[in-house]
Amino acid sequence: MATAHSRSAARLMMSPAVILLLGWMIIPLSMTIYFSFLRYNLLTPGTEAWAGFDNYRYFLTDPAFFDAMGNTFVLVLGVLLITVVGGILLGLLLDQPFFGQGIVRILVIAPFFVMPTVSALVWKNMFMNPVNGLFAYLATAVGLEPFDFLSHAPLASIILIVSWQWLPFATLILLTALQSLDQEQLEAAEMDGAGPINRFTFIMLPHLGRAITVVILIQTIFLLSIFAEILVTTNGGPGTATTNLTYLVYVQSLLQFDVGGGSAGGIVAVILANIVAIFLMRMIGKNLDA
Amino acid sequence: MKRFANALLCASALSMLSTAALAEKLTIAMVNNGDMIRMQKLSDDFTAKNPDIELEWVTLEENILRQRVTTDIATKGGQYDVMTIGTYEVPIWGKQGWLVSLNDLPETYDIDDLLPAIRGGLTVDGELYAAPFYGESSMVMYRTDLMEKAGMEMPDAPTWTFIREAAAAMTDKDAGVYGICLRGKAGWGENMAFLTATANSFGAKWFDMDWNAQFDSPEWKEALTFYIEMMNESGPPGAANNGFNENLSLFQTGKCGMWIDATVAASFVTNPTDSQVADKVGFALAPDNGLGKRGNWLWAWSLGIPAGTQKAESAKKFVEWATSKEYLAMVAEKEGWANVPPGTRTSLYENPEYAKVPFAKMTLDSINAADPQNPTVDEVPYVGVQFVAIPEFQGIATAVGQQFSAALAGTTSIDDALSNAQALTTREMQKAGYPK
Repeated sequence: MATAHSRSAARLMMSPAVILLLGWMIIPLSMTIYFSFLRYNLLTPGTEAWAGFDNYRYFLTDPAFFDAMGNTFVLVLGVLLITVVGGILLGLLLDQPFFGQGIVRILVIAPFFVMPTVSALVWKNMFMNPVNGLFAYLATAVGLEPFDFLSHAPLASIILIVSWQWLPFATLILLTALQSLDQEQLEAAEMDGAGPINRFTFIMLPHLGRAITVVILIQTIFLLSIFAEILVTTNGGPGTATTNLTYLVYVQSLLQFDVGGGSAGGIVAVILANIVAIFLMRMIGKNLDA
Repeated sequence: MKRFANALLCASALSMLSTAALAEKLTIAMVNNGDMIRMQKLSDDFTAKNPDIELEWVTLEENILRQRVTTDIATKGGQYDVMTIGTYEVPIWGKQGWLVSLNDLPETYDIDDLLPAIRGGLTVDGELYAAPFYGESSMVMYRTDLMEKAGMEMPDAPTWTFIREAAAAMTDKDAGVYGICLRGKAGWGENMAFLTATANSFGAKWFDMDWNAQFDSPEWKEALTFYIEMMNESGPPGAANNGFNENLSLFQTGKCGMWIDATVAASFVTNPTDSQVADKVGFALAPDNGLGKRGNWLWAWSLGIPAGTQKAESAKKFVEWATSKEYLAMVAEKEGWANVPPGTRTSLYENPEYAKVPFAKMTLDSINAADPQNPTVDEVPYVGVQFVAIPEFQGIATAVGQQFSAALAGTTSIDDALSNAQALTTREMQKAGYPK
């Protein structure tokens, strides 16, 4: 039974940690907002001036902006689709008892521990390269013309690379969820004459609902800011085919040293990410309450 | 507790020892290129001669280094006492007053020995703002055996027309041999370095005298069309993602007939440990179109001293040592002539020993053929051969590079790529407030 007195004492005790965490977030954010209203380029010192919404206007009218928006969403949705579906299938597979199960599980999880830059380089040079790559070798072996992945299907290629990295994460979470499913329920369903498809649809999937929600939420947060894979493989090209919002902000701030424009882009990205997060929460919040 | 006290005593004694031999510490920002790494290994020679100076190295990849160094100097961070910067930064930073002038280097340094083209690229209003560590241009590297097989002979100064014919003749797609490998990966220092230099030889330019973008000119259309058609005829698949390193490995594994790129690559493709075609490589000047300009660039990694440093005297000593004649002689003695940093001093090219290096003469001729003050056929308001020395260039050229990379990949038409390039360049120049 907490009295009013002990509650306020508890608040007092917690306040240093809370204030520190708030400062941790608020100070950089407010500085970014402040910079986004300045005309501030590192290479032309002494010309800092109040710019109003100019930076935002330039960022939002940038010909690459809507491409970047579209690419960001396609990238997130594509990777989510592949990892969730693939994760469920792999989870079901690894849930079966078979010989060498431990080794296989470790192998499946391995890609998650490869650094993004490294895995992007390996994919680019050892798999997708149309002259020296493994895929080109396989294509020529069966008499086909090698397909130039990163020029002709750049975004799909990046989705493939990122999916390969995140598949283990999804598999891991969904597999643990499957293992926590009560076996007796399944047996009971089987005795009642439910086939494997029905058992999966009516018992396993509802049970996996919460795990799928977690996978989608956590991955979305990370996938909105995919950067290393793009920088290493395509530099956001050809054209703007693989430029996402993160890459666009990078171009503004670090190639043009335009602190004002980069900050405005950052704020726009933050707002968009929050909109996405709110919708996600709305859509799957029901699952979390269950 | 006693042990702790002893440890404290030891620590304080140690710190007193180290302050007794008080050395001035120079922090040096350096690119991770082979020549620079070698300089770091040989720097014991400098510390032996200057025991009161201690060197600390920060070694980074080119693009990261550029971001760090630029941010540091623009915000007056003062992290570095010596910076490795290129011919793009020096004119801009010198104008801003961010660099210490090196005009007062001692007589023995012999400033007049520096190659005129390189020295010109590092000078602003008569003040030398950085000392060149190594200089490079671009040239044609070709496979002598494939050339012979195609029944052609490479002249010392080829034309673009000849290059295109030779590329088509050398191509054997079934055997995995492509007549010509060129940069296609988007970036101001990747495909745009090559394409800007090439465009100069077609008479194209970035801006007219009033800073209006020129991508709508027929010269640019001709240059870009030529490049893309030639690459489609005789280039390797996936060229739109090939930068310097990708092309280097293609050439070293015998997949390219010709490669037009940095002169420093010559020592990599003729080195038998890395290259499968080391004994079959010939060199020629970058091509032209008979308009009086060749399509080669000019670049020098140089050492500059930021204006805010407290240690300018020690820093000058170091810069002088690293870019001196004595350093070149020392590398030659310890590592052989082929590993001497090229392209900075006239005296090196007058040395009969150095003349035996197969690519020495071609490197010198290429550097001498470039003129940063008058890069293209017409008069232009900017300095720089394969870049425009204005702060906005990195961002603009990277975006333009993406358009041209897409045109090479075939996902955009040549006309669209040029009109997009024109629109975005005009927009960025307006944003930056040109004409100034």
